[in-house]
Amino acid sequence: MSNLPSTDENFGAVNIRLTDEPLEPMVQATSCEEPWLSHPDAGAILWFHGVTRRQTKKGDHVTITKELSYTAHREMAVKQLNELANNAVHEFGLHRVVIWHRLGTVPIGQASVIVGCSSAHRVAALDAVAAIMDRLKQDVPIWKQEHFESGECHWIHPSPTTDDPRTH
Amino acid sequence: MTPPCSIDVLLFAGASESAGGADRVTVQTHPRPTANELMTQLAEQHTELAAMVQRSRLAVDQRYVSPDHVIETDAEVALIPPVSGG
Repeated sequence: MSNLPSTDENFGAVNIRLTDEPLEPMVQATSCEEPWLSHPDAGAILWFHGVTRRQTKKGDHVTITKELSYTAHREMAVKQLNELANNAVHEFGLHRVVIWHRLGTVPIGQASVIVGCSSAHRVAALDAVAAIMDRLKQDVPIWKQEHFESGECHWIHPSPTTDDPRTH
Repeated sequence: MTPPCSIDVLLFAGASESAGGADRVTVQTHPRPTANELMTQLAEQHTELAAMVQRSRLAVDQRYVSPDHVIETDAEVALIPPVSGG
């Protein structure tokens, strides 16, 4: 298990973080002490948690996941996430964006990624979170390794022609 | 005769696994190869990575590059397999 320090980058309206620690406490802490998404002109504040899922169904086939582990090209991932977030600020007219991704082992039920957006109206924040997640899954150099209850494990490397990024 | 040179390529995830857990491999090449040339040489010199190279992108100095991008000797080069964050 890596004990590397968190990579935490602040770029004005954008906060990017890669960390080996659980993400959920950071949401609670920032809500109280440093509300990243607050803005006097925000009419919508949206937090999305991508969570490790136990069961995956593909047709009639069911697999049971024990845990996921994540690795990254950390420096490049931070740059990519920063670019992605800043593009989203301009494209969707957002006030604030948070993208936090956990690395290392993520047990079932815990968040591997948290995206937060604030905007004047709800549609912009809802659309932005969906777009950010789609783009993260296409371009940001982070990889998950799935560990199954059966003892098997393998890296997930989706095929652009056969795997829908919205389902992995 | 062009003098040979070598470029280290960083490996991650399934690419690292294919290379026996190595975090990088060295590719013998010529000065200032294109990304496409380096990918071809990588697959030829490290055949255990050939299948992954077919599915991967190349990043130079932490940016994805086009096949005709010229790679300088001191650049950071990384093989980026299909990503799966989130």
